[in-house]
Amino acid sequence: MAGTAVSRRLIWRVATLVGARMETPTARTLVLQVPDWPGHLPGQHVDVRLTAPDGYSTQRSYSIASAWPGDGTIELTIQRLPDGEVSTYLTDIYRIGDPIELRGPVGGWFVWRTAQNSPVLLLGGGSGVAPLMAMIRARGAVRGRQPFRLIYSVRTPQDALFADELARRVRDDPGLDLRYVYTRKTPEAWPEPPRRIGVATVNTYGWPPEFEPDCFVCGPTSFVETAADILVALGHNSQKIKTERFGGTS
Amino acid sequence: MGIISPGFGGRRRSSRPDLPPGQYLTYDFPVLSAGPTPRIPLDRWRFTITNETGTRQTWTWEEFQKLPAEDVTVDIHCVTKWSKLGTNWRGVSLDTLFADTDTAAEYTMVHGYGGYTTNVPLEDLLDGKAWIAYRFDGAELEPEHGGPARLLVPHLYFWKSAKWVSGIEMMNSDEPGFWESAGYHNYGDPWREQRYQGD
Repeated sequence: MAGTAVSRRLIWRVATLVGARMETPTARTLVLQVPDWPGHLPGQHVDVRLTAPDGYSTQRSYSIASAWPGDGTIELTIQRLPDGEVSTYLTDIYRIGDPIELRGPVGGWFVWRTAQNSPVLLLGGGSGVAPLMAMIRARGAVRGRQPFRLIYSVRTPQDALFADELARRVRDDPGLDLRYVYTRKTPEAWPEPPRRIGVATVNTYGWPPEFEPDCFVCGPTSFVETAADILVALGHNSQKIKTERFGGTS
Repeated sequence: MGIISPGFGGRRRSSRPDLPPGQYLTYDFPVLSAGPTPRIPLDRWRFTITNETGTRQTWTWEEFQKLPAEDVTVDIHCVTKWSKLGTNWRGVSLDTLFADTDTAAEYTMVHGYGGYTTNVPLEDLLDGKAWIAYRFDGAELEPEHGGPARLLVPHLYFWKSAKWVSGIEMMNSDEPGFWESAGYHNYGDPWREQRYQGD
């Protein structure tokens, strides 16, 4: 934990939406211009605050999907949740040019630093791939040579976030591997039926524990519990396994 | 009041007097932890209080079960914004556990199996404010929620309620624990919205 302290005060900033794109029919990436953004490490998140005209206000946390500095914006990829008070606003209503309050970056634990040289194993479930994407993008931005593997669990091919960008990065970068796990429906001619992530998948497409990879696991609680248990069962040092979960409540 | 979010009406409307600022109500029980869930066999479980001179008191699971337990109903507030009201726990009051502890120190470090740490002032653990809980909602506390036993100190953000608790160590001076070293607030009072350093 040494060296991870964040000593500056986290102030609320008024960001502006300068770009947006749908990643899937239900997930939208917000490109935000944040005044005096101090920069962030891949894996960190921000708190977002919405306020209604009568003063009612509510907050949520979202992982940052982009790498800093990039073009000076930050990107949040929001999965619309059924009855999600904040997520439905951000995916359906929030418009280019509108302000939004946010503060961050938050979190000094679930982060990858480009100076780390160990192999990296990323296990993502659903929209939990967002902070892992920030790591992949940060590595790409500095032309990092660390061997990276992503195992990405999605319900169907249509639910995969960043699919085109990941395909391009894997094609152009021999140090980056990607394996999908489909839990409900597979693409045509996929070699196995739909299934949840299992020991065999992580054993085959992850790194052996002897390589002592840094492991990052992010997704819904059930995915994270399962994936982290698999890593422990395969012999990975639990101190090398960092997890981030979302409860699916917003 | 913050700036208005154009087009935002707010549907959940969970503002109510028993909800701290910035929190929303949840009815399920989200999980937050930094790594894999440790599994601790009960025959190897120990709970240890260590005072500032190094004197230790240790309970086995069997001994711990014989201590007087209390049923408590409390509200819990996670720094990730969810709050859960009226949760039911059974556990041993820290007043009971500290009854024979000889200490003049004012600070504690709470330790969990798996290496987790969090710092809590001693006065926040005593006088009916904290328990070592081992049952939730009438059932054994599940590992993903901190079982076999976790600290329950509900008046602070829930990361202070260390899961898989293994012991409490008295300290003469305050030191940050795991999340407190990673940018989170040293004390963590939800009613003062002390989420991060400087709040």
